[in-house]
Amino acid sequence: MRLGPVDEIPLGEGRAYAVGGEMVAVFRLRDGSLRAVSAVCPHAGGPLADGQIDNKVVICPLHLNVFDLTTGCSTTGQPALTVYVVHVDDDGHLVVSPRVPSEV
Amino acid sequence: MERLVVIGNGMAGARTVEEILERGGGEHFAITMFGDEPYGNYNRIMLSNVLAGVEDEAGIFLNDLTWYADNNITLHAGRRITRIDKHAKRVYADDGTGTPYDKLIIATGSRAFVPPIPGIHRPGRGYHQGVFPFRTLDDTRNMIRYAREHERAVVIGGGLLGLEAARGLQNHLSHVTLVHADGHLMNTQLDAQAGAILQCSVEKLGIEVVTSAITTEILGKHSVTGVKLKDGRTIPCDVVVVAAGIRANSHVAETSGLVVERGIVVDDQMRCQDEPDIYAVGECAQHRGETYGLVAPLWDQARVLADHITGKDPDAAYHGSRVATKLKVAGVDVAAMGLKEPERDDDETLVFSEPKKGVYKSVIIRGGRLVGATLVGDVKKVAFLMQAFDRGLALPEERAELMFDLGGPPLEVSAAELADDAQVCNCNGVTKGTIAACVHDGCKTVSGVMDKTRAGKGCGTCKGLVTQIVEWAAGGAVEEDPKASWYVPGVPMPKPELMAAIRQYELTSVSAVFAKLAPGGEEDAKSKMGLASLLKMMWGDEYVDERDARFINDRVHANIQRDGTFSVVPQMKGGVTTPAQLKRIAEVAEKHAVPMVKLTGGQRIDLLGIPKENLPKIWADLDMPSGWAYGKSFRTVKTCVGSDFCRFGVGDSTALGIAIEERYQGIEGPGKMKLAVTGCPRNCAEAYVKDLGVVAIDGGKWEIYVGGAAGAHVRKGDLLATVDSPDEVITLAGRFLQYYRENGNWLERTYAFVPRIGIERIREIVVEDTDGIAGDLDAAMDSSVAAYRDPWKERSAPVTPGQFRTSLPLTVLPQVPVREGAS
Repeated sequence: MRLGPVDEIPLGEGRAYAVGGEMVAVFRLRDGSLRAVSAVCPHAGGPLADGQIDNKVVICPLHLNVFDLTTGCSTTGQPALTVYVVHVDDDGHLVVSPRVPSEV
Repeated sequence: MERLVVIGNGMAGARTVEEILERGGGEHFAITMFGDEPYGNYNRIMLSNVLAGVEDEAGIFLNDLTWYADNNITLHAGRRITRIDKHAKRVYADDGTGTPYDKLIIATGSRAFVPPIPGIHRPGRGYHQGVFPFRTLDDTRNMIRYAREHERAVVIGGGLLGLEAARGLQNHLSHVTLVHADGHLMNTQLDAQAGAILQCSVEKLGIEVVTSAITTEILGKHSVTGVKLKDGRTIPCDVVVVAAGIRANSHVAETSGLVVERGIVVDDQMRCQDEPDIYAVGECAQHRGETYGLVAPLWDQARVLADHITGKDPDAAYHGSRVATKLKVAGVDVAAMGLKEPERDDDETLVFSEPKKGVYKSVIIRGGRLVGATLVGDVKKVAFLMQAFDRGLALPEERAELMFDLGGPPLEVSAAELADDAQVCNCNGVTKGTIAACVHDGCKTVSGVMDKTRAGKGCGTCKGLVTQIVEWAAGGAVEEDPKASWYVPGVPMPKPELMAAIRQYELTSVSAVFAKLAPGGEEDAKSKMGLASLLKMMWGDEYVDERDARFINDRVHANIQRDGTFSVVPQMKGGVTTPAQLKRIAEVAEKHAVPMVKLTGGQRIDLLGIPKENLPKIWADLDMPSGWAYGKSFRTVKTCVGSDFCRFGVGDSTALGIAIEERYQGIEGPGKMKLAVTGCPRNCAEAYVKDLGVVAIDGGKWEIYVGGAAGAHVRKGDLLATVDSPDEVITLAGRFLQYYRENGNWLERTYAFVPRIGIERIREIVVEDTDGIAGDLDAAMDSSVAAYRDPWKERSAPVTPGQFRTSLPLTVLPQVPVREGAS
């Protein structure tokens, strides 16, 4: 699914998008690459797009649970996030599609 | 099957056999036990309870005779072993029978020491009538029977056993005198002062105590009529109980050719010297020059012996026990461990004594570790002290915490005592079991366990207990987390080094710090916020503000709430407002249907439940500056009405509070800074418990307190200085805050920072300027103040794309309920 332009997301931050019926948090890492995971923290519903990130993880702003952006796995004992495939098309727009299960 | 013979059926013998059976020893050994006393095995420690009538005899038996049968143990109760033939490997009993063994355990314990006082024995007929030792169940029975028919008892010996005997005897006769040879009671465990306080408490119970009293004679022709002391005094009595200590029962071993000094000499495997097949355990054994008369070392010895003899762990070794005791002695709580008095000049000693209440506490510290402690009358802290003593734990900076609970939840329960399902972290609901499991899964650092379990990651007050549990679970194999000394986890440097490096390489942005100083140039999400704060403090206007380094609160200048909305607190300096301001806030709240309007603890008005995207509109409608209720920064100055209206006020606290807030608003730091100014020592603004609190006192003076807290941690601030004018308050406040900003660890509040540095040292730097850096501190603070911008001005144009775009899901998540009465 095609979302807004990639420069809607400042470097090192995340923004939330509706993808179908789901909310997806898309992050633009400081190394320029993109990551997309489910936008809601499974612990207590925290908005992950508001979390701080580095090139590996996002920290939920509410209770500081940590999730790997590539695998979706939590390093603080929470259920994993859903990981989405994200890339930029020729017009500089974000395109997000759910990962097919076999790739997970 | 090998033949295992155990001489002694007391606590040591039976416990050792239990340990051997637990290790499957029942299949390797045919076990035979010899006991002096014609019973199963009983808990000797409880004899004083039997004497005191609080326990009946049946209640003190540990293993009754069926236990021996069930475990195929041949018990010869009431048969005394008189000789060991170690060459033929046989033991001989007093009835002449011989029993062969392959392995032999000697657990003969000890006997009452009866000093050779004239008149204590009747030639050829045992003790004089009315004289009793206090050691066995039979002693106790005889003593009770005799005492019931008599009036006055003298107990010889003011140690543990003597005190227990005296207290117990009160149950059976009307008058008890305790005669003790040393200058104070329990002199083995207690110093003179503690002994004196214990004596007072014991005397209050109606026991007469005579110290420095050597008994020279037991009087009475047919039965006891009194005791005579060395100073000539005579104490009339008809019962004498001898509790003058114990001696190891090593006679059989000695006459059989084993090496015996004060006890039977054993090695680290509890084997007798030069005897590969003979062990000794318990009070009869002497290990590395020590004999023990308490039960805890016995348990340790029994385990090692069992490990070794069964081959379960051939390398098991006993290294001696650190003796710590906690008892109720004659109704008085007493705990003693390690040294009773300091030994070296540089031993640190703390003593608290309150004789009127019968309370005495002393603590001896060497090289930062607890090496001795004595508690009489109040043993609330004993669990923590015992653990600190036993494991050599780090001690609290505030040494008084070793003796008292100074606010905050007490660390009374030791990690070992806690139940597995006991909740340790009350913020995140983490149990002891979860923490222990995490350690057993291989995580051996305190911070690692905290990360994984989230224990201690809430208000942080349970960190001490979490640390203890990790240490307990790791069995002393806790690994130091090197990150603990770093300012942030992602850059391996403590704060002073980090600041020096930042200056040296002129690193003005968070990404530059990672690139230059982090291992592999890796950025670290957890470190960003702390670095952003530090760089802003150091560089002011030159700081390159990368917004991703900020926490969400600092990106949108509001405090995120559990439902992902935000709270808006407009500035209201000193907590003083106007009708016009209130009207405007009311109108904004109505216009935006704000779900809750709430007064804060810092005397501000909080508008809660604001969606992120509405923040700029609300700020515009309010047209008030930010109240900074979201940052690790200068927050509020709480004030009382002061001299303007209050009839008690001696200083204009509101004016000063407003002036301080005006100047230092929004200054970022390692942690929140909450201040207060109060107009008189009645302290209505709670200035004593603020990061910095100012109290007006009579004569136009102002006191400045620092390092106070009244949150999860409660601490009264330390008096930094008393000054003559509001201007001096403002200068010193700024200088102290700057010193804290430059030296505080990330998220270290002043209540931890001030005690860490020490108030005297802080006073030297901030007030007396002994280091000559006051000018620099003032200048740095000046430039921070000059660089201040009201963040709510960012409302007209977002600083980053989508700065205020919602991150909330389409479906509504658990929402904070709107209360009735709130608009």
